[in-house]
Amino acid sequence: MKHHDFDVIVIGGGHAGAEAAHTAARAGAKTALVTLSLDNIGVMSCNPAIGGLGKGHLVREIDALGGVMGIAADRSGIQFRLLNRRKGPAVQGPRTQSDRKLYRAAMADLLGKTPNLAIIAGEVADFIAKDDNVSGVVLADGSEIRAKAVVLTTGTFLRGVIHIGDTRMAGGRMGDKPSVKLAERIDTFNLPLGRLKTGTPPRLDGRTINWESLETQPADDDPVMFSFLSHKPFVRQIACGITHTNEKTHAIIRDNLSRSAMYGGHIEGIGPRYCPSIEDKIVRFADKSSHQVFLEPEGLDDHTIYPNGISTSLPADVQQDYVRSMDGLENVSILQPGYAIEYDFVDPRALGPDLQVKAVKNLYFAGQINGTTGYEEAAAQGYVAGINAARCAMGQDAVIFSRRDSYIGVMIDDLVTRGVSEPYRMFTSRAEFRLSLRADNADQRLTPLGIALGTVGEARKHAFDTKMDQITACYAQLNTCQLTPSEGKKHGLNMNQDGQRRTAVELLAFPDIEFTDLEQIWPQLADHDLQVKQQINREAQYAAYIARQERDVLALKRDEAQTIPKDMNFMEIEGLSTELRQKLTKVQPRDLGQAGRIDGMTPAALTLILTKLRQYQRKSA
Amino acid sequence: MSAAAGDTIFAQASGTGRAGVSVIRVSGPDAFAICANHIDVLPKAGQFKLRYFQADGQNIDHLLVLTFRSPNSFTGEDVVELHCHGSPAVVKAILAVLTRYPQARPAEPGEFTRRALENNKLDLAQVEGLSDLINAETEAQRMQAVRIFSGQLGILVESWRQNLLRAAALIEVTIDFADEDVPVDVSPEVSALMAQVMKGLSTEIAGSYVAERVRNGFEVAIIGAPNAGKSTLLNTISGRDVAITSEVAGTTRDVIEVRMDVNGLPVTLLDTAGIRDSADEIEKVGVQRAIERAQQADLRVFLKSTLDEEPPFALSQDDISLLGKGDLHVAQDSTISGKSGDGVDRLLAQIAEILSARAANVGTATHLRHRHAMEAACEALDQARSVLDQNPASAEIAAEYLRYAIRKLDSLIGRVDVEMVLGEIFSQFCLGK
Repeated sequence: MKHHDFDVIVIGGGHAGAEAAHTAARAGAKTALVTLSLDNIGVMSCNPAIGGLGKGHLVREIDALGGVMGIAADRSGIQFRLLNRRKGPAVQGPRTQSDRKLYRAAMADLLGKTPNLAIIAGEVADFIAKDDNVSGVVLADGSEIRAKAVVLTTGTFLRGVIHIGDTRMAGGRMGDKPSVKLAERIDTFNLPLGRLKTGTPPRLDGRTINWESLETQPADDDPVMFSFLSHKPFVRQIACGITHTNEKTHAIIRDNLSRSAMYGGHIEGIGPRYCPSIEDKIVRFADKSSHQVFLEPEGLDDHTIYPNGISTSLPADVQQDYVRSMDGLENVSILQPGYAIEYDFVDPRALGPDLQVKAVKNLYFAGQINGTTGYEEAAAQGYVAGINAARCAMGQDAVIFSRRDSYIGVMIDDLVTRGVSEPYRMFTSRAEFRLSLRADNADQRLTPLGIALGTVGEARKHAFDTKMDQITACYAQLNTCQLTPSEGKKHGLNMNQDGQRRTAVELLAFPDIEFTDLEQIWPQLADHDLQVKQQINREAQYAAYIARQERDVLALKRDEAQTIPKDMNFMEIEGLSTELRQKLTKVQPRDLGQAGRIDGMTPAALTLILTKLRQYQRKSA
Repeated sequence: MSAAAGDTIFAQASGTGRAGVSVIRVSGPDAFAICANHIDVLPKAGQFKLRYFQADGQNIDHLLVLTFRSPNSFTGEDVVELHCHGSPAVVKAILAVLTRYPQARPAEPGEFTRRALENNKLDLAQVEGLSDLINAETEAQRMQAVRIFSGQLGILVESWRQNLLRAAALIEVTIDFADEDVPVDVSPEVSALMAQVMKGLSTEIAGSYVAERVRNGFEVAIIGAPNAGKSTLLNTISGRDVAITSEVAGTTRDVIEVRMDVNGLPVTLLDTAGIRDSADEIEKVGVQRAIERAQQADLRVFLKSTLDEEPPFALSQDDISLLGKGDLHVAQDSTISGKSGDGVDRLLAQIAEILSARAANVGTATHLRHRHAMEAACEALDQARSVLDQNPASAEIAAEYLRYAIRKLDSLIGRVDVEMVLGEIFSQFCLGK
């Protein structure tokens, strides 16, 4: 049987795949999403939560570009919490617990309604490839689907091995089979591979937990949504329970360390430092006598509980012993034991900033296969791979995200420039322009780009234009409102008596002057929309710092403007150490800025590269 | 460490001109291969042997050959050093032979050092120290240069950086892991870490002014009324065997500078125009200039014409007052005579004592660049501290200042990035709820 041809094929229906398929289709490419099972679309294989610090920023950015993750998270969110609510807006991150079933349903609904998108159930066994040029896929039943570009988002399916104690089995995720054939095909591309591991905790039966004895963590009273199009939660909000490990828990784990897959020497992959297994926590931080454990319901009508904080690769019987040693869990039953999984990933330095494999034409990678962890990181890559696969298929230029404009840009640049040594997770501290890359202004930063790329729909475009008009009007009015310090003093404003006349916008930059203070002085300001006022307040708060960073931004822009030709031969630049030559050749940076971020780069070496670049430009001029 | 890279460079590493021995350095991937064509059996790496250097069937010189295998050499590359007889003809002949090789070329000025920098054999401050060392004229300058060259500034910056990384990690952990089991109030430790670094920075900033003097020379101005004996005194000092390094006219014809070595310290003696009220416009300008220049100097020697003469402006604590033309008075501790030389040794000893005490406060940082970076870092830390004190919720702003401070410090020797902050976080805190 021969399928129709497509512009783009996306392999895998996880968070990267769903976002990639939706994006490619929205951008105008005829797209096929091939997934092992239709039920797999939007599955949360680890903890049932979306967002957080850095991660929440990514979801906002995906949403601002017209992606689906934010909307699905809002529809399924059962415990919205804005992290760092008491800190500055730059480091506030939206997060929610999601109802697994509702999330999957929302994602299936959103993809189902996407024009240009066909969803095909099947196992991709091979690529149609000739001379390092991919032109489609072969399914396990032998049928072929041809396409101009292919996005691979197979997560941990590459040689995935699951460990529970000394039991091991092949698999990408509990209950799924690993894609051995596809892995073998990828081997023929000779891409640099590495091995990582990650773990999950045992899933508990909520009906056997003594909730009465536990403290709880409620949802926010004033929930903050992910999508710029959502205004309030769609479903009922719940609380999570909190319990703690104790000396007895630790003793059980210590006594059984040798039976842990990880400590028994069965696992060689590298795990993330920020998400250690409970074995790891007890070995590395032996002086801590207790660790917090969050008991997170997996859904409104689901009694499965995800105990966040105790991922493990101990045998099932030990898991039961240590879980039951904790308060409230004395009689708990385990629905599914925790496990560790090892998998292959591709060194992302083998990818370009458009996530296309440098050595294989028309093939894009997104998600965990690139060494990242987390649904949000996967979805953000899905957007980047999806839009670029679509543009490649339609004969358009690649879209590159800059560190100056988005967390997406920070992540992609980190991945393709520095590679990964542990599963990569987003943090706000990774963004050097953190004060301007905020969750609250993701739309201002990226929606215009999404409109230009065709991934933003009419409704979002309209809402955005309206908001921007309102903000512009409010700024205009604020700039007409001015006063001197002595006038300000009369109104009770605490300001320097320097005789300097200030506009209302400048006044907002003072830490203790709020928009409501301005309304007292100029009542006409009160008429503006609350959201608009809040947004202007946030912007004013950082205006001075962002202006100061402008020099750094300009420096980065200048460096980015020094583009390096794709065929630049770094091996022949005299005066560079062999180590740097090799690293430069591996990354093949696209501009001087990226070259500067390569690990071990020195100012002197950058000068050499720039000199070479000049010679090159003169030659080709 | 990787093998050497790039082409092979060579140059005379010792001074030019006739000398007992001259050193020719050959550095790069082909250094061994090239030299092996002219030297029968190169010594093993790290060893030296007496050998003939031959070309076209002739012996050019009988010389000492030293070999260094990458990365254990000055440049980090393969290096051969030829210690030949220091005749310009020998050196020229050997260099001419080396020039025949297309894969080798004469080194550009500073190129050996640049390769050392690029191969991480030296950091930027060390390179500056090396340049100072090569240019050192006095003992104090030499000691200072050696201190920098040995990487002491790097060690110091590294310790500050560790403290600031720890402080940044503490702040970042409260930001990026707010929903986890981490300490909530980190400000006491952050403040303590920053205060410690600021204290170190302040000391070094102060010391850098002294270091700059050690590098560029202390200025000692001789002031007094006209005909107080200033010029005679200067001439006497100049005429003595005190290692005069230069004698130049000042920016105006009425300030004479004499550069000399006083007890290992570089000192510039200034002979200023006689200070007096004058109706002559030109002399007035000269006098004004003399006063300004003398006030800016590090130390002043006031030569009095009479015992109770008042100085033309208030002197500083260390400044020396002496009765000039001591040969006309009863010689005592407070008199000096340029003419007879009485008291000159005493004066020089006194100057040496005062300046040595100041030089003892010398910092490890010596260059203006160092000071600017340290001052910027210090100011940023001060800002971070006031943000934390006044508005602890604005951790992200304190973090911004901290990041800036670290970057400034880092510009002294290398670079830092967020991976280091995260690394610090992960080694200190148990994360993963």
